[in-house]
Amino acid sequence: MLESKEPSGPLESRWQRHLFDLGLVAPHNRKKHKIIVVGTGLAGSSLSATLGEAGYKVESFCFQDSPRRAHSIAAQGGINSTKNYKSDNDSVWRLFYDTIKGGDFRARESNVYRLAELSTNIIDQAVAQGVPFAREYGGYLANRSFGGTQVSRTFYAKGQTGQQLLLGAYSAMSRQIQEGTVTHYSRSEMLDLIKVGDKIRGIIVRNLLTGEIKAHTADCVVLASGGYVNAYYLSTNAKGCNTSAAWRAFKQGAFFANPSFTQIHPTCIPPTGEHQSKLTLMSESLRNDGRIWAPKDSKDCEKDPNSINPEDRDYFLERMYPAFANLVPRDIASRAVKAICDEGRGVGRAVHGKKLGVYLDFEDAIKEYGKDKIAEKYGNLFDMYERITGENPYETPMKIYPAPHYAMGGLWVDYNLMTNIEGLFAIGEANFSDHGANRLGASALMQGLADGYFVAPSTIANYLSKNSLEQIDDSHPAVKESLDRVNERINKLMNAPKPTHAPEYYHQKIGKILWDNCGMLREKDALIEAKAEIQKLEKDFWQKISVSGNSEDMNQTLERAGRVADFIELGLLMCEDAINRDESCGTHARTEYLNDQGDVVRDDNSFAYVAAWENSSDGFVLHKEQLNFDFVQPSVRSYK
Amino acid sequence: MNFTLHVWRQEKSSNNGEFKTYEVSNIDADTSILELLDELNIELIEKGEDAIVFDHDCREGICGSCALVINGHPHGKRKATTTCQTYMRDYADQRELWIEPWRAESFPVIKDLSVDRSAFDRIIQSGGYISVHTGSAPDANSILVEKNNSDQAFDAANCIGCGACVAVCPNSSATLFVGAKVAHLDWLPQGNIESKERAKNMSQTMINEGFGMCSNQRFCSKACPKEISLKVIQKLNKIVR
Repeated sequence: MLESKEPSGPLESRWQRHLFDLGLVAPHNRKKHKIIVVGTGLAGSSLSATLGEAGYKVESFCFQDSPRRAHSIAAQGGINSTKNYKSDNDSVWRLFYDTIKGGDFRARESNVYRLAELSTNIIDQAVAQGVPFAREYGGYLANRSFGGTQVSRTFYAKGQTGQQLLLGAYSAMSRQIQEGTVTHYSRSEMLDLIKVGDKIRGIIVRNLLTGEIKAHTADCVVLASGGYVNAYYLSTNAKGCNTSAAWRAFKQGAFFANPSFTQIHPTCIPPTGEHQSKLTLMSESLRNDGRIWAPKDSKDCEKDPNSINPEDRDYFLERMYPAFANLVPRDIASRAVKAICDEGRGVGRAVHGKKLGVYLDFEDAIKEYGKDKIAEKYGNLFDMYERITGENPYETPMKIYPAPHYAMGGLWVDYNLMTNIEGLFAIGEANFSDHGANRLGASALMQGLADGYFVAPSTIANYLSKNSLEQIDDSHPAVKESLDRVNERINKLMNAPKPTHAPEYYHQKIGKILWDNCGMLREKDALIEAKAEIQKLEKDFWQKISVSGNSEDMNQTLERAGRVADFIELGLLMCEDAINRDESCGTHARTEYLNDQGDVVRDDNSFAYVAAWENSSDGFVLHKEQLNFDFVQPSVRSYK
Repeated sequence: MNFTLHVWRQEKSSNNGEFKTYEVSNIDADTSILELLDELNIELIEKGEDAIVFDHDCREGICGSCALVINGHPHGKRKATTTCQTYMRDYADQRELWIEPWRAESFPVIKDLSVDRSAFDRIIQSGGYISVHTGSAPDANSILVEKNNSDQAFDAANCIGCGACVAVCPNSSATLFVGAKVAHLDWLPQGNIESKERAKNMSQTMINEGFGMCSNQRFCSKACPKEISLKVIQKLNKIVR
C-alpha cells in the first residue's frame, strides 16, 4: 500500500496544522538552495515566481519560445473560488463536496479540501496582479455558474480566463527574472532526470535552437509539465503538449497514477477531415445558454437545422437529466453525445463514414435576451467558431462533438506533492491528485495556481530543510549516466534502420488506437487487442521512424519524434490501467459495467483506490493507494 | 485546390535565405495554412529532406506562437485572425502564396520561418507587472474597479505577444506592444500606482532592444490579431510625458 502522508484529524484544520508542522528554510539560507521548475504554465510560472520572491535560486525551463505561451493560456471558461460573493450558500465544504462527487469518489479527501480552501486566496492574488476579471457596474467582481454546479462561484475574464491568469503569473515570474532570483530558459526541453542515490538532483536539457545537450543540477526538481491527452493525436491541447517529462520520470521510478483517467470534453468543434491537426474547444460556459439537440429522426440529419420543427428535435440532455439538463458534468454529456451519433443521429460532415456532431443552439437564448446580450457574454467564442468553421452561430446552430481535453491521471504524488522519488515534485496537470475520475469545469486553473502559489512553496521548503544534500557537479557519474542515456536515444531516433515514416504518421496511429479503444467507451477484449497493436506499433516505430536534418541544430522533426515515442509507451500503460479497473467510474466507462440507462456503475469495495504504476524490467507493476472517505459517503452520482 | 508556395528557407541567422518553390495539389478548402505546411513537411521528411521550421502551438489563436507573413500580410489578409486560423478557403482566389517570417532587426531569423522574439520577454521583465508578493494580497473585492475601466483593461490585456505589430511597422516599432501592457495596468487602481516608472522603463528597454520609435503610421493596430486599439499608444504617450 502506498502512503499518502496526509494529516489526520478534522478536515478543516488539516492543511493549517500541516503547514505548522512543515520545516522552514530561514530567509538568509534560501539563496543557497537551487530549485529546477520544468514548465511555465499556471503551476510552473506561479511556483517559480513565488520561490523567487522567497529568495530561492530558481531555474525555469519551457520548450516554447516564451514562458507566456504555455497551454494554460488557452483555458477559456473560468476559475472556481468559494468567495460566496453571490450569497448563494456556497462554502469551502460545498466546493470540496462537489469536487469529490464530480470526480466520482476517486480523489483524496485531504487534497481536495485543501484545494477548496485555497481557492479564495487565488482570486485575491490574481486581482492584486491586475488580472482583469469580469466586473459588475458597481465595480465588484462578477460570477457565473459553470460546469454542472448549482452556485455561481466561477470568476472569469470573457472566454480568456486562462490567458489572463497565465499572463498574471508570467508577469510575476518576469519580475523575479529581473530581480535575478529566477533564471529562465525558453526553447529548452527536458529529456531526462539525474538521480543520485535515491534522490533526484537535476535534469538533462536539450537546447532546441542549437541541439546542445546539457546537465542542470539542483537541490530538487519540480515537474509542471502539463497533461498528456495529445496521446490521442486529435485533442484540444496545443501541438507541443507532451508527456515526455512525466514519462522520463516514470522511467526513473516515479509512479504514474490513473493513466486511463482522461477527460473527453463534450463541446468541441467536430473533426472535418483527415488533414486536421487539432480540435478546438468551445467553452463549457456556452452550455449555460445554449441548448443541445439532435434530430429525432435520422432522416432529418441532412436538413437545414433551422427548418426542423421544435417537436422533431430531441433535446436529449434535458430529456435524460431533467435536474441538470444541459449542464451535466463533462463525462456524462460526452457519453450522451457519442450515443446519439452512434445511433446514426449525428449531423455535419461525415468522417470515416460517420457524422460526428450534435447542435448547440442559441436560438432560444437570443429570443429571450437579445443578440447583444449574448454577444457580450460569448462574442469572442462565436467569432472564433465562425473563423474556424465559416458558419455564423448567431444564425445557424453550432455543431459540437467531444474531444480529449485534460488528463486527470498523472504522476503519483503524496500530500506534499512529492512523487515517490525523493526530491521530485509534480504539480498542476502533471500530477494526478485532485480531480479523481472526472474533472469539473473551472477547477484546472484553480488547481494549477493552488499548487504553484500556495502548496508547493511550503512543501519544497520542508523537503530542503530536512535533507542535507551532497555537492554535485557535471563530473558526477550520475550526470554522465543520464547524458549517455539521452545521447543514445537521440542517436536511435536519428538513425532508424529503414527510415520511412514521419513522426506525424505514428502519432496518428497511436492516437487512433487509443481513441477507438481507450476513449469514451472501453471494453476489456478490445483493450487487450489494443495493447498488442501498440506493441507492434512501437517495434515498427523504432525500425522506420524518419527524422531528417541534423541533431545539432534546430530540428522540430526530432523533437516531435521523441514525444511520439513516449506517447506510444504511455498508450500501453493507459490500456493496462483501463483493463485493470474492472468497474466504471467518471470518465472511465467500461461497457461491461454500465447500467440499463448507460450510466457508469462503480465498485467501491474493490476499486476505491488510486492505481499507481511502476515501471520495472518485467513490465508494469501495480501499487495501490487506498482512498478513505471519512467525511463524504460515496453515493451514486446522480444528476437526474 | 492547387497552390504554388514560395517559402522562405534560411539555414541560420548568419546565412542569407531565399525563397524555395513547392507545388501542392488537392488541398481541401478547410485545411489551415499550418496544416498545409504540416502536409508538405511530411513529404519532405519522408524524402529525407529538412522540414520547414515554423513556430506554432495552440492553433486556436491565443498563444501567440504562430507568425507568418502571407503574401505580404503578417498573419495573412483576414482581419483579427492569427496565422493558425487562416484557412485555404480564405485564399480561394489565389494560386500563388509567398510565405515569409516576421522581418525586423530585433526579431532575428533563427531558421526558415522562425524568429527570435525574446526581446518582448525582456521588455515585460523591465516593468510589465504589478509589484505584489504572493500571499500579501487583500480581499479581491476590497479593490473596486469601474466596469468601463475594467473592460478597457481587458481589451489591452488581450495582447498575445505575437509581434505582428512590429512586423508590419515600417519602423519596426514595438510601441503597440508596450502600450498595451502599460494601458492594461494603468486602467486598474492597483496597477496605476507604478504607471510612470513602468512606462519609462519599458519604453527604454524597447529602444535598447533596437526597436524603432512610433512614427504614427498606424499599421500596427490593423495588423493586430486581437485588434489592440491605438488608444493604448495615446495612453502610453500621456504617461511618459
